[in-house]
Amino acid sequence: MKVLAVDGTVATLEAGGVRASARLDALGETVAAGDYLLVHAGFAIRRLDPEDAQETLKLLDEMLAADDDR
Amino acid sequence: MMTGDRFLLRDEGRGRGLARLLKRLTPEHPIRIVHVCGTHEITISEHGLRHLLPEGVTVLEGPGCPVCVTSTVDLDRAVALAERGVVVCTFGDMMRVPGTRKTLDDVRTEGASVHTVLSAADAVARARRTPDRDVVFFAVGFETTSPGTAAVLLDDPPENFSVLCAHKLIPPAVGALMDMPGTKLDGLLAPGHVSTVIGARAYAQLAEGHRLPVVIGGFEPLDVLYALVVLLKQLREGRAEVENAYPRAVSWGGSPRAQELIRCAFVPCDARWRGIGTIPVSGLAVRDERAHLDAAHRYDLPEREGQEVVPGCRCADVLVARAVPSDCPLFGAACTPLTPVGPCMVGAEGACSVWHRHGGRAGL
Ligand code: SF4
Repeated sequence: MKVLAVDGTVATLEAGGVRASARLDALGETVAAGDYLLVHAGFAIRRLDPEDAQETLKLLDEMLAADDDR
Repeated sequence: MMTGDRFLLRDEGRGRGLARLLKRLTPEHPIRIVHVCGTHEITISEHGLRHLLPEGVTVLEGPGCPVCVTSTVDLDRAVALAERGVVVCTFGDMMRVPGTRKTLDDVRTEGASVHTVLSAADAVARARRTPDRDVVFFAVGFETTSPGTAAVLLDDPPENFSVLCAHKLIPPAVGALMDMPGTKLDGLLAPGHVSTVIGARAYAQLAEGHRLPVVIGGFEPLDVLYALVVLLKQLREGRAEVENAYPRAVSWGGSPRAQELIRCAFVPCDARWRGIGTIPVSGLAVRDERAHLDAAHRYDLPEREGQEVVPGCRCADVLVARAVPSDCPLFGAACTPLTPVGPCMVGAEGACSVWHRHGGRAGL
């Protein structure tokens, strides 16, 4: 979910038009508007980087390419 | 690009590629892979991923639904508290899970004060709003949920608040499955978000001690397929290691902050799992320093063995990956999401409930 605003240990979030809030005290990282968070039962547990999703796709493509070479 | 889409990994081209890879990894002997996460089951069932598995490979949901594995001993205690006039707050899925006599929903209908919350923090907020009432948060869930409960326990909650703690730990449960007679498992598709908290290293002992290949997978269809390819490769090569196929959310060490919260608020304890029994050091109890916030300590609660298995229900086999939902004669007949018989049909992450929502056939 995308962070819209941060107020102390609480962030306001948005995903697919739905708003929610999450506590940040289980995260141990600073968060700013525009960041993406992984949230479970109202608590953020990880900051996500959209770039990392691209990394996963690269990993997949390498695996698929290696297979095609065989 | 819409913001949410950046995290959707589900394009068809790559999916087909991975399916091809999977087929090429067709094993010589039948292989049983267990996952322990309702979200994995939802991805697998919703996208029909079982159809892409090579011949001889079965993927089953084990004890991955936190609501389903909650023992009736704990559930009966929550019911008893509500009947005594304590305000009980818990996650929505817990409401209709059958206890020995009643569900939490039953006692609510009878007039008890039972509320669903989305987070432990909501239960604390309710306690602050109603200072003249005792409020208990009935805490269930795995390592994804316990950091939140820990955070509120450590955050100086009001005097009228306490926690009935039934949090559980995933790695010891998988270890217990491995030791069970009649439960042959060849590999673990480890849960992504639990692993975000505990880290990949938390499975090292399972991989070594039980010679169990472990691959951590994410929740997009491509994540799951990719993790299964990595897992089948391990099996083919005769390795038993921990591999991380979800590095964008999981690190080797996990989340130091969440682990610290858990350590400060809880101590590991033996825990009862519905359908499985007591597993050593597989749960969390509130630390003695915070006993005043522990509902089990604050109230005199019964610890009676309850009716763990509803007559006719095969959840006990489903939860240890010995059966799939459609093996149960009640599945889709007497037992549906509207008329659930066992816990696996109640919890949104329960295997029976997921299968029913997605068509209810073997091979979903
Ligand atoms: S279908 Fe219903 S009765 Fe059968 S195992 Fe699942 S929850 Fe239990």
